[in-house]
Amino acid sequence: MHTVIKPRRGLAQLDLAEVWQARELLGFLAWRDIVVRYKQTSIGVFWAFIRPFLTMIIFSVVFGRIAKLPSDHVPYAVLTFTALLPWQFFSTAFADAASAVVGNGYMITKIYFPRLILPLASIAVGIADFLVSFVLLIFMMIGYRMQPTWRILALPLFFALCLVFTIGLGLWTAALYVKYRDMRHLIPFLTQFGMYVSPVAFSSSLVPARWRFLYSLNPMVAVIDGFRWSLLGTTQLYVPGVIAGTVMSFVLLISSVYYFKQTERVFADVM
Amino acid sequence: MSDVIIAEGVSKSYRLGEQTTAYNLFRERIVQVFKSSFAARTKPANEFWALKDVSFTINSAEVVGLIGKNGAGKSTLLKILSRITEPAEGRIDLYGKVSSLLEVGIGFHPELSGRENVYLNGAILGMSRREIRRKFDEIVEFAEIAKFLDTPVKRYSSGMYVRLAFAVAAHLEPDILIVDEVLAVGDSAFQQKCLGKMRDIRSEGRTVIVVSHNMATVSSLCQRVIWLAGGKVKAAGEAQSIIRQYLSEGVENDFVWTPRHGVLSAFEYHSVSIESSEVSGGGEGFPANAPIDVVFDISIHDKFPAGRIEMRLQTDSGDLLLTSTSADATGQVNHEWVRGRQQLRCRIPADFLMPGRYFITITEPYGGYDIVRENVLTFSVTEEGSLAARDQRGGKIAPLLSWTFPGSAGVPPAD
Repeated sequence: MHTVIKPRRGLAQLDLAEVWQARELLGFLAWRDIVVRYKQTSIGVFWAFIRPFLTMIIFSVVFGRIAKLPSDHVPYAVLTFTALLPWQFFSTAFADAASAVVGNGYMITKIYFPRLILPLASIAVGIADFLVSFVLLIFMMIGYRMQPTWRILALPLFFALCLVFTIGLGLWTAALYVKYRDMRHLIPFLTQFGMYVSPVAFSSSLVPARWRFLYSLNPMVAVIDGFRWSLLGTTQLYVPGVIAGTVMSFVLLISSVYYFKQTERVFADVM
Repeated sequence: MSDVIIAEGVSKSYRLGEQTTAYNLFRERIVQVFKSSFAARTKPANEFWALKDVSFTINSAEVVGLIGKNGAGKSTLLKILSRITEPAEGRIDLYGKVSSLLEVGIGFHPELSGRENVYLNGAILGMSRREIRRKFDEIVEFAEIAKFLDTPVKRYSSGMYVRLAFAVAAHLEPDILIVDEVLAVGDSAFQQKCLGKMRDIRSEGRTVIVVSHNMATVSSLCQRVIWLAGGKVKAAGEAQSIIRQYLSEGVENDFVWTPRHGVLSAFEYHSVSIESSEVSGGGEGFPANAPIDVVFDISIHDKFPAGRIEMRLQTDSGDLLLTSTSADATGQVNHEWVRGRQQLRCRIPADFLMPGRYFITITEPYGGYDIVRENVLTFSVTEEGSLAARDQRGGKIAPLLSWTFPGSAGVPPAD
């Protein structure tokens, strides 16, 4: 094995093979975060159920009962829950990934490993949580006697879109966070503000047609509409919006990997 | 024997102020962008070269010691060799699998059991799951913690913790091992075991680079030594002769520290130094029966939140002997600051320390939290006037305590 150490110049080398070789480490770090979280809490895994469940109840009462927003002919609880699944994955995984580099700063200054592993491990933890909450959705659909259609086959694609967007935004923020500690204030703001501009608590059919495309530049619109479309079958899929969201997400992902690799060389120096 | 490490012209610079400024603020960056668009480009910030044009080669199956004063560039060189940071110039070729141990137990989580931490730490050090499973029993046996394998490590004594951490590291099988002072852990029996392990590693044909402040360790372990001073290779060659030169220069003590970074906040260190009324011949150290003052020369430029300076005294085996803070006498955790330039003085009493070498780590208040400046000062206490030298007593400190005798007011009867 021959390693050359010299200053890197110009556009970063992606070196994704190195990340792939370190996949076991990614698994271990994700496993550590999950195990530690459940060892530290008394009701452990139930938090993955309780959080979306309580949010769903609050949203159905506030937006469904009090504000009487249209629910696209499905129970308001189901309407919000189908959106809360991808939304809570995004907000938790994004916030964790964004703080993953700074939060593990002591490791970065003491040992070398592909730095991309850190935010990716946080996202892997989010995926595990997502799968747990998904079980709750299955129970709900049985409870409301809702039959899934062939459209459910498209669900993994919309989740993949959500994943691409989350990784993209997460990597950008994680790398910026190292240099600009202001991100600490920006991250909770993004996840809170984002929930109001994404159709989580309401249906995107409420958005006027002429604003629809602009609104869809937020990839979470395509993700949430996609989840509702494939699970409930009631929401109309706005195709230009899905394309816009997909393009946005991939632009974000590719640029974020480059930006991360470009800045990671100074992580240990500014940590 | 073939060359396994070839370093050519390795340099590393930090921009003054940037090296340790914990972070930039968005606001500053925005202000900067505006400034630079209106004003002519300001001249580039002052650069500080932590390493300048360092070249060396290391053969296979060689144990090489890296020595030098604090700030000579040892840590920077280790970080570059371990790929943690990148050189500004130059090139290093490494032939073989490299493992670096700048600290043992990286990634250890207090809530996880010993077993879980072995897997986690092993993975962080670059071992595969299969490799860890294969060596698991050996690691546990080396650490002598078999009974506590399923106990969370937060319940471990510090000795057990360190033994487990070192055991994982000791079972790496790299071609090149980079070690920073990690031998300075555990009790002396365990240290002997670690030294033995290092010799095994060499006899297996692996290459080891060791940084240590302990010249006894370096001379017993290394055949060759590279001496860094001011970011350059001052001398390199056969261990014994280089160590002799190094010690004869009296460079083992650092009595004054002046920060290399710029002013980070309204708190500024001008210098931190060691003073004593009595210095034994040749500036080698202080007699054990004289007090030693640590003098903090600081300025408070503006209103600054209540805080404190912490001083940690470490022995040369790396044990933390004591921590003292500027707020200790106030009865509070933090104290208010007076504006302007001032000196704070911390007195280490006479007849208190054992003869030996000591390192002082200080903290720099940075509005809300502290920046730690490790090992900024080094000094020795000589056997002159020492209680310990009189009768070879044991212990970590050698304080002169008060004794009373029947019929006397604390004065021992004449013999």
